[in-house]
Amino acid sequence: MSERAQRLLEIADDELILGWRDSEWTGIAPSLEEDVAFSSIAQNEIGHARALYELAAHHLGTTADELAFDRSPEEYRCAPLVQLRRVDWAHTIARHWLYETADELRLARLKQSDDPEVAGLAAKMDREEVYHRLHAQMWADHLRDEPRFRSAVEELWPYAVGVVDEDLRQALAQRLNLARDTSSIGERGDPSDEFRALWDEMTMVRRSVPGATW
Amino acid sequence: MTVPARPTEQQVWDALAEIPDPEIPVVSLVELGVVKSVQVDGHSVRIDFTPTFLGCPALEVMRDAMANSVRALGAEPHVEVVLDDSWSTDRITPQGREKLRAAGFAPPAPRASRPLRLVELQRGGFRCPYCGSSDTKLENLFGPTPCRSVRYCNACRQPFEQFKTI
Repeated sequence: MSERAQRLLEIADDELILGWRDSEWTGIAPSLEEDVAFSSIAQNEIGHARALYELAAHHLGTTADELAFDRSPEEYRCAPLVQLRRVDWAHTIARHWLYETADELRLARLKQSDDPEVAGLAAKMDREEVYHRLHAQMWADHLRDEPRFRSAVEELWPYAVGVVDEDLRQALAQRLNLARDTSSIGERGDPSDEFRALWDEMTMVRRSVPGATW
Repeated sequence: MTVPARPTEQQVWDALAEIPDPEIPVVSLVELGVVKSVQVDGHSVRIDFTPTFLGCPALEVMRDAMANSVRALGAEPHVEVVLDDSWSTDRITPQGREKLRAAGFAPPAPRASRPLRLVELQRGGFRCPYCGSSDTKLENLFGPTPCRSVRYCNACRQPFEQFKTI
């Protein structure tokens, strides 16, 4: 697989799996507004995943659906941060805030890509992600002094650094105003048990009737 | 056997202008600005189509509706989804904006050159599509679809949907 396809799959897998995790709040978010907001963010992330998979699929001679659902857990390239199971709202907001900030740095770099397809898609995604960042920042400001939020940020920081390339990790710490070391926990392509459980649920329907048209 | 037709570009544009947006049927796909280009080559019609939001669930519906309207003209459709950065809410036509407003959707503000900030959305200034007051507040950044926020008008006490600027 080309480095380009590998790269696209990393980001697509991040967006798909985080979108899936976010959608786990549908129906049970702390308020009706947040139910709508988080479901909408989830839908948008999965839309980004689809666009990235389509770009990768075109060159790999496959389809977006096959990339999204027909790989084994070991073949997914998503970062350990998005694999973690849903805990409580403070923990969810901590992950949301860390991820969206990391994603902003990653997209800024992709927008400069020499590959016009990648740069164009990154620019489109980036404009939509502005609203995710505003939402994340609003909640992070709101929960800043809450012990549960603060401890979730501490717990998740070593996972968050794994979302971006090593040379962006210092910039991520600065952007978040977190004076922390930048060593990460876990690696892409190393599925956790929590991810395996998600995969099992996510691919269950498709595995039940292989090759069906829905 | 029917002979395939050779429509003109204008005929294709006119046909596309008849297709309502699946979510907000008061505007057409042409008024929404999602048809990037139309090229006719004999019996074959190529349409380049730019999605609004990438997470929009109406993408396939829009694509199929465009293909069907080309078939209704007797030609063969090729609808390409272009995943570039060319669509923005600035592409919605003036007629489209007015139709949105008349249907109770506040049209998007023009894009600014600098990044959007939350305080700008939180303060007033966004006009209520029902009474025209700008004494409105942000209720939720997200609405029933990814492209809309929910605001509340303090003057006529109505919640309304505000198109996001992207």
